[in-house]
Amino acid sequence: MLQVKNLTKIYDGGVKALDNVSFEVPKGQFLAVIGLSGSGKSTLLRCINRLIDPTEGQILWDGEDITAASPEEMRNIRRKIGMVFQHFNLVHRSKVITNVLAGRLGYVNPAWSFLNRFPKEDIEKAIKQLERVGIADKADQRADELSGGQQQRVGIARALMQDPNMILADEPVASLDPVLAHSIMKHLEEINKKDGVTVLCSLHFLDLVHRYADRVIALNQGQLVFEGYPRDINDKKFKDIYGRDAERVG
Amino acid sequence: MNEKKSSASAWKSIQIGLAVLLGLFVYAYGFDVTKVNLEELRSERRQESLTRVTRTLAQPDIIGYEQQQAIVTMPLYVPCPAGGLLSTLPEADTSGAYLTISPACAAPGETVQVEGFNFPNNITGPIRFIPGNDPLNVVELGRESITTDSDGHFSASFLIPDRISDAPQFIRVTISESVGKPYFTQNAKDTWDKIIETVFMALLATTAGTILAFPISFLAARNLMKSVRSPLTSVSLSVLGWPIGMGLGYFVVNQVGKFTIPLSENIVVSLLSVIATPFIFWFAIRWALPQEEIKVPTLSVRLTRLLVIFIAILVAFFGFFQLAGLTTSISLGIEKALGSLGFLATFLFQVSDILRITTPALGALAAGGALASFLGRIGQRTAEKSPAARVKTINFIVASLAGATIFGLSGWLVEWLYQVGRVEYTFWGPIIVGAGLGLLLAFLTKPKATLPTGMVVYSITRTILNALRSVEALVMAIVFVIAVGIGPFAGMMALGLHTIVSLAKLYSEQVESIMPGPLEAITATGANRLQTIIYAVIPQIIPPYISYTMYRWDINVRMSTIIGFVGGGGIGFLLQQNINLLNYRAASTQMLAIAIVVASMDYISSVLREKYV
Repeated sequence: MLQVKNLTKIYDGGVKALDNVSFEVPKGQFLAVIGLSGSGKSTLLRCINRLIDPTEGQILWDGEDITAASPEEMRNIRRKIGMVFQHFNLVHRSKVITNVLAGRLGYVNPAWSFLNRFPKEDIEKAIKQLERVGIADKADQRADELSGGQQQRVGIARALMQDPNMILADEPVASLDPVLAHSIMKHLEEINKKDGVTVLCSLHFLDLVHRYADRVIALNQGQLVFEGYPRDINDKKFKDIYGRDAERVG
Repeated sequence: MNEKKSSASAWKSIQIGLAVLLGLFVYAYGFDVTKVNLEELRSERRQESLTRVTRTLAQPDIIGYEQQQAIVTMPLYVPCPAGGLLSTLPEADTSGAYLTISPACAAPGETVQVEGFNFPNNITGPIRFIPGNDPLNVVELGRESITTDSDGHFSASFLIPDRISDAPQFIRVTISESVGKPYFTQNAKDTWDKIIETVFMALLATTAGTILAFPISFLAARNLMKSVRSPLTSVSLSVLGWPIGMGLGYFVVNQVGKFTIPLSENIVVSLLSVIATPFIFWFAIRWALPQEEIKVPTLSVRLTRLLVIFIAILVAFFGFFQLAGLTTSISLGIEKALGSLGFLATFLFQVSDILRITTPALGALAAGGALASFLGRIGQRTAEKSPAARVKTINFIVASLAGATIFGLSGWLVEWLYQVGRVEYTFWGPIIVGAGLGLLLAFLTKPKATLPTGMVVYSITRTILNALRSVEALVMAIVFVIAVGIGPFAGMMALGLHTIVSLAKLYSEQVESIMPGPLEAITATGANRLQTIIYAVIPQIIPPYISYTMYRWDINVRMSTIIGFVGGGGIGFLLQQNINLLNYRAASTQMLAIAIVVASMDYISSVLREKYV
């Protein structure tokens, strides 16, 4: 259970990216976060694993206060939260297998990282994750030799290496074509349904929201403007979320 | 409206006019200061010497021949004797090369016609007036030369200098003929030796510079350092940890050294230790640092591990000392046997010496770093977990201690540099001021607030880098010449230091321009700072690092050619010496060597860069 209470984030320039946002996500739910670009979706997701420190408010995860965690406790929290990015954020010059193994860094002893050594079990596990997303044959290629869809699969495999209890997906399909978008979303759905991993996924397209999400929250200028089920988004709600001038297509 | 426009354009014209005037003024002053003067260039004297030097430079002294020299002399009277020419002048021997002079006597300032016969064909040689009545006198006057035609004949007019004597004086023509096979001159050999020295000086300087610039570059990268913040408790405890740890480390490692040195005289013992210590170290570390742990270990397990790591590190230092002893024994033993490869033994000996000197320093650094980070962590925990009031009290104590330490050490440095000799100024005063500042800082900061330690380290590193970078390597070489004596070692040290600071700056700018995405992704997996650098930063910066290192090697080769001007070894020493001796043909050889080396370095580095980057 993830509880976000009165979360506010004001950036150094005075921009209010999140304004008193509160919501809850039960364990195992697929929650979609929607809203315009710049509405605070990315900031919200990054506050949850403290890539960005919130200005005010509290985030509780299974009773543990993420916002008050010390750097060392943060390491233990982060390693149970996988993250998938819009631009994949792979290390281009490293091999695919190294990128996947990087998901294990929260577990391995930092001293061994000097020697670039991972335990044998981790390497086997990495191969297994690559098999799961269907690109085991690419393990020894450089990450930038892969196509966009393949790179995002590596990103998912990296998140899976963390044995996550929760995955934060920041517009995971925004840089991909519709066919690839569905295949990536299917992977997330499978992880959600089969492994019971909570997924928070920010999305742009409502058809994807309808198809994959259990529940939706919507942000507009940092404020929570909608919380409910995908089917509840009617034309009026749509205009609340996306603004008066927005038109619904498809 | 129109008026406004025209006035604006008039104002603009005035501005342009003023700018042109200002430019004129600046450049006029520049001409005056740099003493631009073409008059000098036009003077005949200058042109003549310029031509002469240029022609000499065009004939580098590389290849020589055995010279067969023939000296032909002919006496003449200056001025003509009062009683007419005496018949004591010998007749020239016309069987070989000979000279005729007409007239056979002349007053100073007059011109005589000198003709030569039976000389070798098409050859050039100096024609000189020899004062005194010894035809082999080394003193000679005049700077003309003659060239024979295809019949071995020449004819030249010669101006008689102002040397008067009753005895006959001489006109001397010296001709040299190259015979036998060409050979490299001594100058060419010296140039070869020195250019090799130069290239290797640059290589060592670049290697040393690269190795040290690498870690420093991370400290000077804003994007990595900006997020490093820690509470005052932790900062103060780290500050205390550094000097204490370094002192302890130095002491302990030196003790290990003292214990080791008698042992390392026995070659069997040292050989066994050198083989055994890596294994012991490896297994101890393997046991004490498990690769992956899901559960948090108990306190007693952690303490045991810490102890094992400590012992393992002591064993490692023991191994270092033994290695140094072993290499010394080996190098001394094989020096004779190696013969011309004796430099390998010298290399081993020097490496062992470097090992012996650096091991205590390394130990001090390691212990300082370890204790500082350990205490820092304790400080971090205290600041996070304890109530604010208690943290505040602790802050007062540790911050004043840390301030006193920093200022006390600075005071000691001042005392060492300026020899003030007054304890109240260089010891007690700074300590009290430092403690006061520490108290003030603890008073002003909120107990749980974090300080931008990263940015402080960043600023200090940047300042030191910029200050050192502004000192030319040539100037640094002067200092190192004093420290280690004249020679290539001093030049290597100066170039190395300059390489460290300039590469660290270039590198850190590369770190600042990496893509932030992977950094974010690796941080999100729970990796700590070190792991983030290894897995997200280093893969991104390898290509520019290689490229910059090669560029720097290039610069170092160029710099090392002139570092000899101040005694830093390399080819610059020869070049300067030959220029000062007006030996332009030799200097020309060295310039040629420099040009060839620099051009080929340029080519090689561009090829390598293309291939690997």
